[in-house]
This record gives sequence, C-alpha cells and structure tokens, in this order.
Amino acid sequence: MSAVPASGCATRPETVRTGLTVRAERGQREVFCGLTGIIWLHRKIQDAFFLVVGSRTCAHLIQSAAGVMIFAEPRFATAIIEDRDLAGLADANDELDRAVTQLLERRPDIRLLFLVGSCPSEVIKLDLARAAARLSRSFEPRVRIRHYSGSGIETTFTQGEDACLASLVPTLPEARADAAPSLLVAGVLPDIVEDQFRRLFAGLGIAPVQFLPPRRSTELPAVGPGTRVLLAQPFLPDTLRALEERGATLLPAPFPFGADGTTAWLRAAANAWHVGDGRFDAVVGPGEARARQALERHRRELAGRRVFLFPDSQLEVPLARFLSRELGMELAEVGTPYLHRRLLEAELEQLPDGTLVTEGQDVERQLERCRAARPDVVVCGLGLANPLEAEGLTTKWSIELVFTPIHGHEQAADLAELFARPLVRRLRLAV
Amino acid sequence: MKLTLWTYEGPPHVGAMRVATAMQGVHYVLHAPQGDTYADLLFTMIERRAARPPVTYTTFQARDLGADTAELFQGAVRDAYERFRPEAILVGASCTAELIQDDPGGLAQALALPVPVIPLELPAYQRKENWGAAETLYRMARALAGPSALPPGTPRPPREAGRRPSCNVLGPTALGFRHRDDVTEVTRLLATLGIDVHVVAPLGARPADLARLGEADFNVVLYPEIAAPTADWLARAFRQPTVATVPIGVGATRDFVLEVARIAGVDPSAALAPAASRLPWYSRSVDSTYLTGKRVFIFGDATHAVAAARVATEELGFTVAGLGTYSRERARDVREAAAHYGIEALITDDYLEVEARVAELQPELVLGTQMERHIAKRLGIPCAVISAPVHVQDFPARYSPQMGFEGANVLFDTWVHPLMMGLEEHLLTMFRDDFEFHDGVAPSHLGTVASRPEAPRGPAVTAEEPSPAAIAPAAATTAGTEPTCAWDPEAELELRKIPFFVRGKARRNTERYAHERGVATITVGTLYDAKAHFGR
Ligand code: SF4
Ligand code: SF4
Repeated sequence: MSAVPASGCATRPETVRTGLTVRAERGQREVFCGLTGIIWLHRKIQDAFFLVVGSRTCAHLIQSAAGVMIFAEPRFATAIIEDRDLAGLADANDELDRAVTQLLERRPDIRLLFLVGSCPSEVIKLDLARAAARLSRSFEPRVRIRHYSGSGIETTFTQGEDACLASLVPTLPEARADAAPSLLVAGVLPDIVEDQFRRLFAGLGIAPVQFLPPRRSTELPAVGPGTRVLLAQPFLPDTLRALEERGATLLPAPFPFGADGTTAWLRAAANAWHVGDGRFDAVVGPGEARARQALERHRRELAGRRVFLFPDSQLEVPLARFLSRELGMELAEVGTPYLHRRLLEAELEQLPDGTLVTEGQDVERQLERCRAARPDVVVCGLGLANPLEAEGLTTKWSIELVFTPIHGHEQAADLAELFARPLVRRLRLAV
Repeated sequence: MKLTLWTYEGPPHVGAMRVATAMQGVHYVLHAPQGDTYADLLFTMIERRAARPPVTYTTFQARDLGADTAELFQGAVRDAYERFRPEAILVGASCTAELIQDDPGGLAQALALPVPVIPLELPAYQRKENWGAAETLYRMARALAGPSALPPGTPRPPREAGRRPSCNVLGPTALGFRHRDDVTEVTRLLATLGIDVHVVAPLGARPADLARLGEADFNVVLYPEIAAPTADWLARAFRQPTVATVPIGVGATRDFVLEVARIAGVDPSAALAPAASRLPWYSRSVDSTYLTGKRVFIFGDATHAVAAARVATEELGFTVAGLGTYSRERARDVREAAAHYGIEALITDDYLEVEARVAELQPELVLGTQMERHIAKRLGIPCAVISAPVHVQDFPARYSPQMGFEGANVLFDTWVHPLMMGLEEHLLTMFRDDFEFHDGVAPSHLGTVASRPEAPRGPAVTAEEPSPAAIAPAAATTAGTEPTCAWDPEAELELRKIPFFVRGKARRNTERYAHERGVATITVGTLYDAKAHFGR
C-alpha cells in the first residue's frame, strides 16, 4: 500500500477554532475546473476575450457548462491542441500566435485577451507567460494580453476567477503614493449588485470606490498603499495576495450574503472610513430592514430543515453561516473544495459548534454520508442533482449560485428562495 | 491548433461514456483531471438520467504528477471494482492523461480482477466523440464475443428449422438523438415481420449480452457512426450479414423492410401495408401544396443528414439548398448525396462556416442540430432538429422516434410545424403593419419599419398559403446594412397594393436592392426592378 491512500481521510481532523474542526478528504472529486469561470467573467468584462489553450475536452466543458447560452460569436474560444502540435510537426507557439492573430483580426472590438491555460497546455509545458509577453509586443496598446491557468490540475471551479483577477493585478495603474485611501471591491458582481453597492458607499461618504474586475478593461482601478480591499467573494486568496504585494490592505469581513452578512461587510468599509453609527444606520438600515422582512417568509419555510452542502463553489462556508444564522437551518455537512482559513475567519466564527466541515472530496463516501444523513436539501453540482432527486432527496444546483445575483440586502431573499424553491416544489407535486 | 468556438462533438472518451452509460453492469475508470467530471451532467441534466454515469475519474492534480499517478489509477480501479462490482471494466485516459502515458490498460490488467478488463485507446488529439463510441463498442464486442468467433473458413451454420429469425440491433447509446424511441419502433417493425431481436447494443445490454452477439442471424445497424465497425467485424467473425439501410422516412423504411425480409428470408408484405404511415397522405393533401419547393438547409451527422435530404425531397417536395455534416469519417456518403441533389456538400465542424453558409443560402427551413437551431433563430429562419448534438428538449416525454413509419409521422409534424409557425408569425407581423390594425401613426415615407418584433401580438389568423403574387423569396435582413433610402409617394402607394402578407418582404427586398445600387429614392420602377431581381 502506498503512504497516501487513494481515497478517504488524508489527515486527522484539524481544529480551526474551539468547537470547530475541519476534516480533509481525498479521492474522486466531482467539480468543474477553473475554466468554468470564463462563463461569468466574460459577461462581466465586456471587452475581454478568453482564449483557452487546450483540448476538445476543454472546449466541450465550457460549452456544456454554458448550456443554452449560444451566442453567435461568444467572447471565448478554445485553441484546440492537435496531434501535429504534440508531434512537433507544428511549433505550438507559432500555432498559438496564428490563432491569436486570426482571432484579433476577426474581433477588432476586443481590448483585453486572456490566454487561459488548461491541463494539456500545462502538461506539455506550453509557456503562456512568454506567449502573452510575445503577443503583447505585437498587439499592445490596442489589445492587452494576459494569461492565467484555469486547468483542472491546478484549479477548481471558482478558482479560475481568482487566477484571472490575480493576473490582472500587475497591470493595474499605480495609485499616487500620497493618494487618499480608496476602496477596492474585488470579485465579480452582477452589474445590478455593483450599482447597489456603489449607491450605498456613496451614501456613506466612502470614496473613491472601484471594482475589480471593471466592466471595461479601459477602466482598470488604480492600486497602492492607500487601497483598502473588500472581498466580494470568498475564493480570492491569490488576488488578495497580489493586491497586498501592491501595497493594498484587506478589510477583514464576513461576506455580503444575507442581512447580517451584508451589514457586517458594509460596516467593515464604514469603519475604515470612520463613518458614524447614525449615518451608517440611516444609509444601510432601510435595506437591512427590507432584507430581514423578506427573509422572514423564507425562514418559516426553511427553519429546522437540514442542509447538506457538497464542495463546489467555495461559497459553502458563507452560505452555511447564512442558512444557519439567518434562516435557522441545520447543517448536516459543509463541504468545500478549499478552506481559506484567513479569508473565512469571520465566517467560521459564526458556524455552530460541532458543524461537520470537510475540505476536499471523496465523492462516493460523501454520497454515502449524504444518504445516511437524509437532509431536507442537498446543495450539489449538476452531475449529482438528478441522481439524488431520483433517490428522493431534494437538491439545489450550486452553479446557480454563481450565475444569480445573490449578494447584498436586496438579494438576500432571492438567495433564500434558491433553497426554499426546491422544497416548496416537492411539497406541491403529487405525482 | 484549431480555433474553435463551439464543437459539434465532444472528445472521444465522451463517446466511450455514452456506450458505458447505455449498458448495464459496466464500469469505466477514466484517468482524468477533476474538470472532466463535467461530462456527467450531459447524462444527468441533458438526458435527465436518474443515475450517475458508471464512471470513476481519478481526478489527479498537479501535485500528483510528480508522485505516482499510476498508483492513483490502480487504486481507483480497485476501489471502483469493490464498490460497483461490475461485470466488465473499461479503462482509459482522457486528453490530459494521454499525455502522461500511464498505460491504464496495463495497470488495470496487472490487478488481475475477476472480470474482463477492456482497455480503450482513444486518441484525444485526433478523434472525436462518435469515433470514441464506435471504437468502444467494437473493442467490447471483440473482447466479449471474440472467443466464440467462427473458426476461419467455416461457414455460418444454417438457422435451426422452426426457429424464428433473429437479429441484433446495433448502435443506440446514451445521449443519442431519439435512440430510445427508435429502438422501440424498429423492434416493433421487426416483430411484424416475425423477426426476434436477439440483443440490442449498447443500449440496455449487459456484457454477457455482447458475448452472445454471434448467435443472431444478422445485424441491423441503426447508427453507422457508432455501430459500423462492430457490424463489419461481426460480419467477418460470424458471417452475419448487415442491414445497411437506415429506416428514416417512409421510403427508407420500406427499403429497410425489403432488405431485412430478403436477408431473413421472410415475406415483407405484413410490414408494408399502405396505411403504415400518415406521411404520404398528409403530404399529398392540398394544404401541403405550400411546402412545394421550400428551400431547405440540412446539416447533422452523416446518417441523419443524408436521410433527411431524401425525406425532404421525395416525401415533402422540398428543394435541398444545402447539405452538410460535421462527421468527417462519413463525409463520403454526404458528398454523394449532395452530388445527387446537384449541390456541393459542406463538410466542416466549424460552426461559423455553417452559419455563413446558412446566411448566404437564405433557406426557408433549416434541418440541423441544436447548433443550427441557434443559427436559424438568429437569422429568423424556421428550424427543426434532426441530429445530435442534443439538448434537453431533444428528450421529449412523449414517444417520438425518427425511424420507422411512426418516425415518418414525427418527421412530418416536426418539420412542417415550424414552417406553419413561421408563416403565422409573418402574417401577424404583417397585420400589425396593416393600416386597419396599426395603432400608431401612418407609415413613414422614410421606410424602415421594424421588421421582426420579438413577440407578435395581434388578431389571431390562420396560416394560409402565400399567394403566387409573392414578390420575392425571403431575405434575411443583415444587421448593419439597414437601408436608408426614401420611398417616392407613388412607389409607396404601389407597395400598399401588394398583398399584406408579403408586403414587408417586398419592402425589405426593394430597400436592399436600392441600397446596394445606391438608389436614393425608390420609384415604382425600382420596386419592379427589385421584384425581377429577387424573383429568380
Ligand atoms: S444545464 Fe440543464 S438547464 Fe442548463 S442549459 Fe444545460 S440542459 Fe439546460
Ligand atoms: S480539467 Fe483540464 S482537461 Fe479537463 S476541461 Fe478542465 S482544463 Fe480541460
């Protein structure tokens, strides 16, 4: 037998705080790779194109995950590596340059091109950093060319967004050394949510406020020692590290899910700008009250129900906090592909003692635990949802959590409804 | 390197999954990184399968690459065997694992499991999904039925006296376009001829069923893309004849019945009753006259595309304006068919090329895959889906085969319906423009009426045949070339004399004609010049 078992618990449970341990699991994972992030990233950055350098599998993954979103010419594509590239009959770098040139000629509207690495490109050691530098020389300033890895051997699902944003950080303009503090909100947010937050920050007198990524690559935020970072997503450790290297500082906070989460998140920014309680309540209070009231209806539906979260989007810990604290749900298991202890400190603090938190995955064993736990709602990926439904469990697909506006006070009830709807549906159906 | 926006086929290991998932008692251990598990959703979401595909992925990570991925693979095979107790195991690599060359076959065989282990070598950088499915079925048939192959030179023993003839039905897989219902329909058809279905494979078969493939008298190949290599091998190993006709459409179904009857030595008349399908009468009935000469663009896998072209021309009276396939392996069949219709086949897996061809040909109906459905939607052309790649709506709850006589009924309905809907929508739009119904001001003399409202609202009308006075065939307005010409008042009046249901088209064509020739003001003369130009 080898030292590392192919599956099962790799390590003993680790205590993250008094009353809360995390179990690491190893085995077959049932998650998307980081390429998937392209689907929401390209919608957000409207002049960016994502070129995956990969295989037919990579192209098929994005297309299958994107589902019905067939646009004439999407702002993503795959340069599919072929036998000739591998056999050395064609120089992969020349081929890539050709593909990029062809693409940029076709799409004069593109201002930012990401070369996205995949498992095959990494295994054959195709150097996309050098390719990006080389191509930049031909296409800048019209097109900026960056690269990152969305490969399944390096990244899981939402980690692709982290890698993408981190790759942008070195290109951000330098803020003046004596510049006044500025707020940078990092992580893709739907435009409507971004606008809501902009209004709130303006009401609080917090300025300037910038978002990463911006809607257009020509509006990249400046960064420097005066930059205070508020993370909108919990899966951005590399982006944060890159920002810190540029002198920015993190405003530690829980994530803006639910009434409490959003208030605490806004509070973290308000504190950094010394906003008084009166003003804070006047600006944030109405939204929070609306959220609480709207959540009440769902709380009646969901309180006391047990939820089991499979590891997928890395939103699991903040969601579990929201579901247990604000909706009274019980947590059967909280799985997460990775647990970024530093970013999730405030969240882990608020999980009930004794919650079963697992990091990593051994999908067959986790399914056994899930069946044994008979939860009322299972949060899982698309591959598992229908089979679990067929076994009589009620499920919510986690991918919807990254496609739907769920952040902030105004969306708190929408977020709760994502979990309530499958339950309500099951109650309605008499077939 | 090939720049690809959308792909018609997945990688070859997805083809292998389609075979494994279709079968019972089979497990597939795939050496692959975690992201490749997306393939499960094809089966659980698109096909709404109630069970996960029987696939274990090793999900190796970068940190494993330095260590021992081979050991990881062996552990996964061992665990999968223990957990699922399959009757046969398929092993193979996806694109990434192919590069690290761990030899899944050798590693799995070294475990000496008590069930057959069938290694699959599916070159991911050369081949695609259908090829992968075909290769998998062939490898499995050889591995499981190979030991009972007839010795070389021995003829096939004659069927025992008194035993009904039997055949295998080959090709249906998971995630196939209407495979589930085609099998039912063809089985029923064979039963009317007194022929038993011995094994259906891979759909629903167990490994032990594949082992007895050689016992049937002959093979029926429903989907040559998937089953042709297996049938060829069975013909050699067991001297089983192959029925090559694919029974899509009334004519092809009749040919199929005759071919089957000849091979099986039975009387075909029971299956050839004139009332077998409603299509012939529906197509002859007078309200179908308007289908005559409809220009249709056909694209799909080779089998479905070629079959659709025959149905379209011989059974519905359409004109084939374009014909193509994404399956290069069977491009020859499509080229031959295209030559028969006097056109050049489009052989490509480049979605943009297909889109450009559709835009250029401006057909009145598109018969294609889910990809062409999107193209057609964008160009405002009616469309029906005839082939994989599939989407969730290609797995209807109702019985909906493509093959056999009932399949022909389904084809009639599904192809004619979008044309009627298109006509109806068109009429509604025209009514909206008609002065009696117009809720706004009088039409502007500067033209450019919004030509295609998203949700037509207006009085309900029934679809009618367009009058022969139709001034011009449909011309899709291409974005960006919005005409900006003015109408001379007299020309505008003349335009209003044209029947309302073709008036919009006439206006568009005239404006396009004028625009292309730099005519600033459209006169009555321009109107008729355009009519002559587009009238062909
Ligand atoms: S995942 Fe399901 S619902 Fe979403 S696009 Fe694909 S088939 Fe449709
Ligand atoms: S896991 Fe790797 S090979 Fe598979 S789709 Fe993702 S990047 Fe491509």
